[in-house]
Amino acid sequence: MISYSFHWNQAFKALPQMLDGALVTLQIAILSMVVGLAVALALTLFRLSGNRALSGFATGWVEIARNTPALFQIYMAHFGLGNFGIHLSPYTALLVGIAFNNAGYLAENFRGALKAIPDTQARAGRSLGMTPLQAFRYIVLPQMLRVAFLPATNQMVWAILMTSLGVTVGMNTDLAGVTQELNARSFRTFEFFAIAAVIYYLIAKAVTLIARLFAARMFRY
Amino acid sequence: MFDTSLTLADLGFLAQGAAMTLAVTAVSVIAGTILGIVFGVIRNQAGPYWSIPLTFLLDVFRSVPLLIQLVLGNAAQSIFKLGWPPFTTSCVVLSLYTAAYCTEIVRGGISSVPATTRRAARSLGLTWWQDMRYIVAPLATRVSLPAWIGLTLGVMKDSALVLWLGLIELLRASQILVTRLQEPLFILIICGAIYFIISFPVARLGGYLEKRWSPND
Repeated sequence: MISYSFHWNQAFKALPQMLDGALVTLQIAILSMVVGLAVALALTLFRLSGNRALSGFATGWVEIARNTPALFQIYMAHFGLGNFGIHLSPYTALLVGIAFNNAGYLAENFRGALKAIPDTQARAGRSLGMTPLQAFRYIVLPQMLRVAFLPATNQMVWAILMTSLGVTVGMNTDLAGVTQELNARSFRTFEFFAIAAVIYYLIAKAVTLIARLFAARMFRY
Repeated sequence: MFDTSLTLADLGFLAQGAAMTLAVTAVSVIAGTILGIVFGVIRNQAGPYWSIPLTFLLDVFRSVPLLIQLVLGNAAQSIFKLGWPPFTTSCVVLSLYTAAYCTEIVRGGISSVPATTRRAARSLGLTWWQDMRYIVAPLATRVSLPAWIGLTLGVMKDSALVLWLGLIELLRASQILVTRLQEPLFILIICGAIYFIISFPVARLGGYLEKRWSPND
């Protein structure tokens, strides 16, 4: 039989603190996604550039990001960079780690999306007198973003879930970190983490819903 | 010259960690796949009374961070006084997590089999089970296998999180070495290289199968 008595009151009293943590979680996820998108775009251009060194660098980044655990990447940012005398705070390390991961996966998404756009599109742009960059910017990129939008949304949800890994490098302001700190003070593990799980679930669902509405509005024709 | 205090015994310790990672992954993927196939068939074939609650339940596993799931799983097993060691708890949680993703893959595979093909099978006198076994399974496997390989690799990488429950897998083993030897970058690079060596060839195989077996070319 269960002889454990649940103390939900205590957990609900901490709800405001946890919601503050949720805001930090969302902030990290959004920032990492913005950085990740920018870097992924650069990596995609590197791969298209035809320059051996640049495309090798991009491929290396993508393969490392996709073939090692996200937690490893965060450890690398937190502990590994210390070797070069760069000491990142948990917040920055988490941000760098997740942005690195996002960039790798998004670059791969972009590559898949680019494949879906016929070469003739860019060539048509070029024959209208656009420079290669203009053709990419005005013809290829908008179509690519449309195809890549749904996978990018999934990546955003992933980014939110990945922020919970910050607690392993001593992060104590995001949702998982706040929860862990409350847990360490009261040992009401199940109650606190159950509430955290509900909050994560709601955030993930809200992001998916907003993205769907946004996509319906943006890509309606 | 490059100088390190990493010994052969330490590399053995890392290898033990890698073996633990592989063990957790193998158990979770096998159990998760079996569950995933069962759930996938239920989602496709049993009516909405079964599939809607199941869909919701499995969606929870995909929308809550794995770390939180592991902590909750561990707390739950101690509340119910099950007395599971961390290995069992980790495998149970990871199996359910795998099953949640595998269900989607199986469902996608089954629904990719044209309804007409299945009706043809049934009208030739095959039973539901025979239809599943001889018609649906081979066709669905072809569609699902690349995604399933991706899932397996994902679980292998996500299994790093079981260090939070105190299991000494690859990442935790390298962290212990970092604490002792104070050479974070070098040891983490070795750890990353091991993950990469395990993951990369299989990822390539998945990519190859996807290209080779894609239905529309």
